[in-house]
Amino acid sequence: MSIDLAIKDLHISVQGKPIIKGLNLTVKQGEIHALMGPNGSGKSTLAKGLMGHPLYDIDSGKVVFSGVDILELEANERARLGLFLAFQYPTAIPGVSLANFLRLAVSAVRAKNGNESDKDGLIPMREFRRELREKMQQLGVDDSFARRYLNDGFSGGEMKRAEILQLAMLEPKIAILDETDSGLDIDAVRIVGESVSQLIGPDLGVLIITHYPRLLDYIRPQFVHVLLDGRIVESGGWELTQLLEAEGYDPIREKHGIKEEQNGEI
Amino acid sequence: MAKSETNTMEEIGISNDYQYGFHDDVKPTFKSRKGLDEEVINQMCDIKGEPDWMREYRLNAYKIFKQKPMTKWGGDLSQLDFDDIYYYVKASDRSERSWDDVPDDIKKTFDRLGIPEAERKFLAGVGAQYDSEVVYHNIVEELDKIGVVFLDTDTAVKEYPDLVKKYFGTIIPSADNQFAALNSAAWSGGSFVYVPPGVKVEYPLQAYFRINSENMGQFERTLIIADEGSQVHYVEGCTAPTYSSESLHSAVVEIVCMKGSRVRYTTIQNWANNVYNLVTKRAFAYEDAQMEWVDGNLGSKLTMKYPSVYMMEPGARGDILSIAFASKGQHQDAGAKVYHCAPHTTSQITSKSISKDGGRSSYRGWVDVAKGAKGCKSHVVCDALILDKDSRSDTYPVIEIGENDTNIEHEARVSKIGEEQLFYLMSRGLSEEEASTMIVNGFIEPLVKELPMEYAVEMNRLIQLQMEGSVG
Repeated sequence: MSIDLAIKDLHISVQGKPIIKGLNLTVKQGEIHALMGPNGSGKSTLAKGLMGHPLYDIDSGKVVFSGVDILELEANERARLGLFLAFQYPTAIPGVSLANFLRLAVSAVRAKNGNESDKDGLIPMREFRRELREKMQQLGVDDSFARRYLNDGFSGGEMKRAEILQLAMLEPKIAILDETDSGLDIDAVRIVGESVSQLIGPDLGVLIITHYPRLLDYIRPQFVHVLLDGRIVESGGWELTQLLEAEGYDPIREKHGIKEEQNGEI
Repeated sequence: MAKSETNTMEEIGISNDYQYGFHDDVKPTFKSRKGLDEEVINQMCDIKGEPDWMREYRLNAYKIFKQKPMTKWGGDLSQLDFDDIYYYVKASDRSERSWDDVPDDIKKTFDRLGIPEAERKFLAGVGAQYDSEVVYHNIVEELDKIGVVFLDTDTAVKEYPDLVKKYFGTIIPSADNQFAALNSAAWSGGSFVYVPPGVKVEYPLQAYFRINSENMGQFERTLIIADEGSQVHYVEGCTAPTYSSESLHSAVVEIVCMKGSRVRYTTIQNWANNVYNLVTKRAFAYEDAQMEWVDGNLGSKLTMKYPSVYMMEPGARGDILSIAFASKGQHQDAGAKVYHCAPHTTSQITSKSISKDGGRSSYRGWVDVAKGAKGCKSHVVCDALILDKDSRSDTYPVIEIGENDTNIEHEARVSKIGEEQLFYLMSRGLSEEEASTMIVNGFIEPLVKELPMEYAVEMNRLIQLQMEGSVG
């Protein structure tokens, strides 16, 4: 059975300020959606709100994932249901190696599925190592990566590789990629694009949040949505990205009578 | 996750009733009356069969102790009643070398602490202090062959009187401080190590200490002498059951690092939450010698401990790595002291503290550079991690410099577990408790990676136990 993430009339505010103002979107396993919007349109807010960040307040609406209303769930419970967020700027955890962290994370996410685990509740070390090595090879990640402290002193490109490696290991059903920053360097865009395109298949649904059409050269979405002022104002296919590339957001703003956002990305 | 927590505790050999304490029914063969005076000291000397010089040493130290006023700085010592403590408890008649000879009750306690399995396999010698007396002391033949002496200090007084007499109390004199005086008067057990010139001991020498009689003070006395060009790593781990009334642990550790020698002294201690842990640790490092203290303080009601290194001759080096974990009702007043008494000496202090559930951790450090000690370097780093708003962290650094040509750096950072760090880890499936534990374990990783493997594992488990139930 295909699993979907259904967002219905979602309103999110940050520190009392409404950012997402009635958003509707459904992403199914196996589908690739791109959500595009200029700075300040609410892209990162949506990503963090969907994953359950405590600073993002859900004012109203519903988000149903795998048949469960997830808005009352903690972030880790959402992850265990198969939701994943690739962070724009992941936080460093000094002293914790990527491998140790991933073993605990993979064990936590898979525990629900009745997988085998050792007496600590962790997946057996040998099995974990084999799988990690395979995935690292597949994604072209150097072996030494596993021993480094999580995101600690990572370059922009390395952070992206680490995020996508986590995506590959956790095998989510729906992954949200927060790639909102226009300042993302070309190398990082290529890494995300190439790696994610390898993971795409019938079991993975992807929501790419970006305003950077270049990323979509690597991962071609079937569905493209435009986010303006906290709402999806246009939905279409590939042709929409071409339109945005050629003319920017102004024609769509004009069409819907929306003023250009003054505030930065929240 | 309940299942894995249970396993975790069993794995480190601490059963589920640990939080309430456990107390094996060992019958001491002798127990002095409460409190300390000349009579108790004389009785102790008689039973031990100590030489006159040690008796005099003790009685003299007792005089000094009586004259010292109660320590006013550091933590709150007002609840400490010196008259309500047993100063000497003898659990077994003799030191035992063979595991088979160790009484079953005592073995059971060791089992519950998870000691023997890992130890018997690859340890050089095990000196495990049970109450005031070392009851089990297994010295591997190899140590004898290379001339290394590893004994409990009581035995060393009898078997190596000249060596003991030459150094005992020279690094930490009785008059040094109130608790050094008390230890000098009432000491029992502890380890004596002598490493001959040029000998490198390849494996860590280990000893376990534990308090097991209610209201019993424990005053072990350790003396390590590393002769020229030698090398040794000594490890002590402590864990104690919980009692409702106060306990006192007041050890003295003296270390002599002769020319070109290298000594590392590692402590992981997890005293019960009613123990006052007031320890004096000091090393003298001579020409080109290197002294390293690795000190992990969990548990206790109040710990006051500042391992120190006196760099006596050029080229000496002192490294101190200290970690303190203060939880509910605990005050860890820990730190380090370095004294650059000679030119071209180097020191490094790394202090990390964690405070949670209203716990308080303080860093108290002292860096001293003597006049004329040119070209000295000292680097101090203090990192504090505070887990909630009820908890507290302070730093009390003192730097005294009598010489211009010197290079001293001091860095201090206080951080809190960030919401972003927690959210990031939780978004990967970790519970809030698992996420916090992971962040804390990462924070103390610089210490853990310096530990022998089995201690590193135990340290991580202890942190896990400390973190249990810490999140709403």
